[in-house]
Amino acid sequence: MNDTSSARPPPGFLDREHIVAGPGFNRWLVPPAALCVHLCIGSVYAFSVFNLPMTRLIGITKSAPGDWKLTELGWIFSLAIVCLGLSAAFTGTWLDRVGPRKAMLAAAACFGGGFLVSAVGVHMHALGLIYLGYGVLGGCGLGIGYISPVKTLITWFPDRPGMATGMAIMGFGGGAMIASPLSVMLMHAFSTPTHVGVAETFVVLGIVYFCFMAIGGLIVRVPAPGWAPAGYVAPRASSGLVTTETVHVDTAFRTPQFWLLWWVLCLNVTAGIGVIGQASAMAQEMFPGKVTAVAAAGFVGLLSLFNMGGRFVWASVSDSIGRKATYVVFFVLGMALYILVGATQYIGSEALFVLAVCIILSMYGGGFATIPAYLRDIFGVRYVGAIHGRLLTAWSAAGVFGPVLVNYIREYQIDHGVAKADAYSITMYIMAGLLLVGLICNLAMRPVSQHHHLSDQEVEA
Amino acid sequence: MSDAPQDTGTGARLVAYWLLVGIPLLWGVAQTIANATKMFR
Repeated sequence: MNDTSSARPPPGFLDREHIVAGPGFNRWLVPPAALCVHLCIGSVYAFSVFNLPMTRLIGITKSAPGDWKLTELGWIFSLAIVCLGLSAAFTGTWLDRVGPRKAMLAAAACFGGGFLVSAVGVHMHALGLIYLGYGVLGGCGLGIGYISPVKTLITWFPDRPGMATGMAIMGFGGGAMIASPLSVMLMHAFSTPTHVGVAETFVVLGIVYFCFMAIGGLIVRVPAPGWAPAGYVAPRASSGLVTTETVHVDTAFRTPQFWLLWWVLCLNVTAGIGVIGQASAMAQEMFPGKVTAVAAAGFVGLLSLFNMGGRFVWASVSDSIGRKATYVVFFVLGMALYILVGATQYIGSEALFVLAVCIILSMYGGGFATIPAYLRDIFGVRYVGAIHGRLLTAWSAAGVFGPVLVNYIREYQIDHGVAKADAYSITMYIMAGLLLVGLICNLAMRPVSQHHHLSDQEVEA
Repeated sequence: MSDAPQDTGTGARLVAYWLLVGIPLLWGVAQTIANATKMFR
């Protein structure tokens, strides 16, 4: 007797159906798969270690005529972040459909391939190839690789979605801490008196990242339909902002809730970038003679630890106190700390300055890690990957406009006679103002109107 | 479905998978802390 299942071709190796976990599968085997991808793509934060060596490709010891300028190289990172947001937005629906293995392998091919194309660009001294390689191809790898593991972990940990997304996105924060010393070591190993060693480093990193991300794609599993962790009883009805309903990605895009969260993320990231981009110079200029350039560089390293730790800690805390309350803490505490940072030079306390900035950076990371769980609460789990992908355009926007805004405000003040150290204080107060707008957006969050919910038949289809 | 390892194979895979990501992450964290301490000194 024929039935429909016997007529269906068997699932391919990369298909979602092929990686459905069997009975007895331990869900703690899945976070390492997500971390394999996020630890690699998180290296984007460390890309600046290549900037100076790439300004000396011809001159070797110092920039020579024809060498690239830092301003030209700065566009590689910006382009990668823009392509991250755009690729996440445009491929989110496809990623939800094909499952994490195909998505992770596609991300590995794009991200690893981006490094290889960039290596050719360095070898031929063609900046356009690096824009195309790391910026566009690598950026697409970032976007595809970012959302798929997050969605997978949310489905494995319905009882602790914040902690689950925090684990994956913590890897993104930790990636730079591995990539930065690793890249420096590789460039050192490959450099010769006539060669800075960037191209070879790109080749090695491209291969290593591809392999590591591919391992993630091979070991990842999705839960069987209807699976739930032991002892977990899914809520039967929506409660507060946490829905049991499903909102389609195209519908979600048109709700005020999506755009409120878009601004929540965008403003939180913009304010964080305002500190990250200026942390080293700010520490030295606000405490002249007390904080040296070397100590300031160590301070920046410390910030990356808090950025990473905050992703796991704050996202886990959100499981207990709720997403909305977590963002209220980010914005209210953030405002107080930004104002405090602006005032620390008058108080004369470097310790207070370091403490305040470290907490701010933990909340910057926490904002990234908590947003997928917030989306899952508001729109349901079914399309959370695709919705998250579209929301990441807020990151792209903040990544491009944040530094421009901060630098413009600072330049404007200095041009109008404000002392350099005082200009930081005013910038911090403006950042606190941005957080106030973010707080209002967060407080305006309400459950999605019932007429946006999919019917049971639509969900099953 | 239990969160606990079901058998030796699962236990070994758990250890292997977490070491795979844990070792590079801890190495990166240690490098960052070492640099930060060196510079603050």
